Amino acid sequence: MSEIQASIPNAGNITRAELDNGVTLLVYENPAVLSVNVMGSLQAGGIYETPRQSGLASLVAGALMTGTIDQDFDAIHGALEDAGADLGFRGHMHKLGFSGKALAEDLGLLLEGASDCLRNPIFPAEHVERLRGERLTWLQYSNFDTRYRAAKAMREALYPETHPYHYGTYGDEASIADIALDDLKNFHAEHFGPAGMILVIVGAVDAADAIGLAADAFGDWLNPEQPAIRQAHEPEQATADLRPSVSVPGKTQSDISMGIVGPARKAGDYLAAQLANSVLGEFGMMGRIGKSVREEKGLAYYAYSRLGGGHGPDPWTISAGVNPENVELAIASIMEEIERLTTEAVTVEDLADNQSYFTGRMPLRLESNEGIASNIHSMESFNLGLDYLANYDDMIYRITTADLLRAARNYLRPERMVVAVAGPEASTP
Amino acid sequence: MPPLTRTQLPNGLTVLLREVHSAPVISWWLAYRVGSRNEPTGKTGISHWVEHMMFKGTARFPAGALDREIDRAGGQWNAFTSMDATKYFETLPANKIDIALEAEADRMTQALFDADETESERTVIISERQGAENQPTFWLQEELRGAAFRVHGYHHEIIGDETDLRTMTRDDLYGHYRRHYQPANAAAIAVGAFDTEEMLAKIKELFGSIEGGAAPDLFSRTEPEQQGERRVTVERPGNTAFLELCHRAPAATHEDWFKLRLLDAILSGSSGASDNKTSRLYQALVKTEIAAGVGAWMTPTVDPYLYSIIVTLRDGRSPAEAEAALLKEIARLQSHGVSEAELNKARKQTRAAFAYSRESVTEQAYGLAQSFILGDVHWFDKFSERLMRVTAADVQEAAARYLVPKRRIVGILNPIAQDEEGAPA
Repeated sequence: MSEIQASIPNAGNITRAELDNGVTLLVYENPAVLSVNVMGSLQAGGIYETPRQSGLASLVAGALMTGTIDQDFDAIHGALEDAGADLGFRGHMHKLGFSGKALAEDLGLLLEGASDCLRNPIFPAEHVERLRGERLTWLQYSNFDTRYRAAKAMREALYPETHPYHYGTYGDEASIADIALDDLKNFHAEHFGPAGMILVIVGAVDAADAIGLAADAFGDWLNPEQPAIRQAHEPEQATADLRPSVSVPGKTQSDISMGIVGPARKAGDYLAAQLANSVLGEFGMMGRIGKSVREEKGLAYYAYSRLGGGHGPDPWTISAGVNPENVELAIASIMEEIERLTTEAVTVEDLADNQSYFTGRMPLRLESNEGIASNIHSMESFNLGLDYLANYDDMIYRITTADLLRAARNYLRPERMVVAVAGPEASTP
Repeated sequence: MPPLTRTQLPNGLTVLLREVHSAPVISWWLAYRVGSRNEPTGKTGISHWVEHMMFKGTARFPAGALDREIDRAGGQWNAFTSMDATKYFETLPANKIDIALEAEADRMTQALFDADETESERTVIISERQGAENQPTFWLQEELRGAAFRVHGYHHEIIGDETDLRTMTRDDLYGHYRRHYQPANAAAIAVGAFDTEEMLAKIKELFGSIEGGAAPDLFSRTEPEQQGERRVTVERPGNTAFLELCHRAPAATHEDWFKLRLLDAILSGSSGASDNKTSRLYQALVKTEIAAGVGAWMTPTVDPYLYSIIVTLRDGRSPAEAEAALLKEIARLQSHGVSEAELNKARKQTRAAFAYSRESVTEQAYGLAQSFILGDVHWFDKFSERLMRVTAADVQEAAARYLVPKRRIVGILNPIAQDEEGAPA
């Protein structure tokens, strides 16, 4: 086994344990560092909100550290900051995520802090109001950000109002203003619990000790009211305006956000779609789109594509920032590349380049505690198996040029592509 | 900490090597002593544009060839232009590092600066500037720099003024490249899983034959002493106000820089380790609901630069309120100093931040590259130790010396409403 392969987290060097209450613990010892990272998730994301409550899950996540039954705001933050430790919670679409880091000697402090905030928050009114004000300021600022506005317009056109992905996890000014204190408390009481919780610990720790500390922190947590896991269905084909345009006064550049419904992480053709995306807008300084839009035509500082690939039908997106005069040309250039990717198989050489890129970057992705924890969390969260990384090279090299073409055709349908533009004037693309 | 091996080749190239075997990865950097400070009137942004042109090919590695080679190897590569330096890096699996060594040796002197590529890149760079202009705070930063530095080269944005970006020529760029990209004006840095002797032998083979003259003199025009508080106001469409309070800070190698750095850890908590909701400024501005956020930074620079505190105002609150609250906290620091508990917290945070930074060979190599630029290759390694030596009296004394009106530049960003056509409503 090579040095690189031996250092890859796998079923043999990850310690995995399931607590009786449903919490899954995973620990990876990394003696090369002085610190420890924790990363975890609960089934408490924005998908459990109603449209009227858009942003609620995220607001709950943000308010977890404002006060608990036993600790006030200053005590919670003081304990962590005195130790140079960091802990944060974030509401995603499907899950509440959390992460933290500390010197290895302070793992207990980190786990106790996470447990207290997740299990015993009291949502003090004055802190919730302050947080609400901060969120509103952020949303107001973002309304003047062309990149944010273009991405928002794309998302709202791609997913109908009946689909959870129509709404941003941060909500909007109206929904954030309307959320009541009891909404936060009720959301926490109903959705926060150990069933489906994942906790990953990576760093200069002993695995058995770390499992013991985590079990002490979370082992007696129960919530029989937790609902079943909610899934995001495939959206109906967008019927709204596929070419939304947003005017943001006083700007000098326009942002383009193009999107189409892409594969979920568990889709059979996900890795083929990932490779296709790399050819389109990632490999070798932003792929074919970067070469055409940035390198050859000099239209943009950035132009790239990204595949979401989460728990549901996330969008496959293309983004570019261009001078308002070049919007049409940039969109046409991008559409040409999509047309090419969906009608011509990539060359064997292109495929080999991208396969080498995907497999070669593994050591860099696993260089830090955080990178290792993120990969282990993904393996567990998406049920990929703990040998997923060890088998990754084989999976990538089994993919053919025909697989890429099939995946590109399956998702990148130009007639369904939403093209949103936000810039200094309302020019319809 | 693993030992640092320092070598200077006969052509003047400094080589800094540190073996770290925690992961099978190597980070490889070339740092040149040229940044936006070296740019004369009419040529602002030239250092950053040269950085872009370094990715446009040589005879051996045509444009796009290295993008492909490094991505194929699973590597990362990029470059940064700052006020004092231009830095290039590749981080790669250890067994694939040779391509990066060869690439940097080649483009140190062989970059093509093709005329068509230069024109194509002109619009890309203007697009980069226009993208930055879409952020209202960019305009505030640009005005603040201009107000703070009338004489010194730190006075303009690294991206450059648009008028210069439209008029500079290919020959301007090539001349700047030839003048500053020389072995004696650069350092080669590697951190990661290698054998020092083998790595040094490779570097000597690739770089040793590159001819070069003496390093160009550091372009430095001393900023005259400020004679009183300076203020700038920017109005941009939007609905969020910002206040930025800057004070002149010493050069990063000055002992007082570390006193101010610890002062900042206590004031804003910007230690890099935590988001510090117990810090004095969070308590005084965010908890009181004047601000939605407050942050601060001190960029380590060769010559004296700025210590900046930036406040994002909440809707309905004014920059004047935020300024009054900030000045009150500064006055409290000057008159009452800091407690031993605060000092100990800042020290522990520093130790933790240092531990986090050592997880990645890329960050370690960046630290060495920055140290070379600052003129002290041990600057990063001794960072934590020097901060630990700072006392409570040092912090209070630094507050009294540096956080005074005569060293202060105040910037205010006022949001204004505009109609759809862009005219003030």
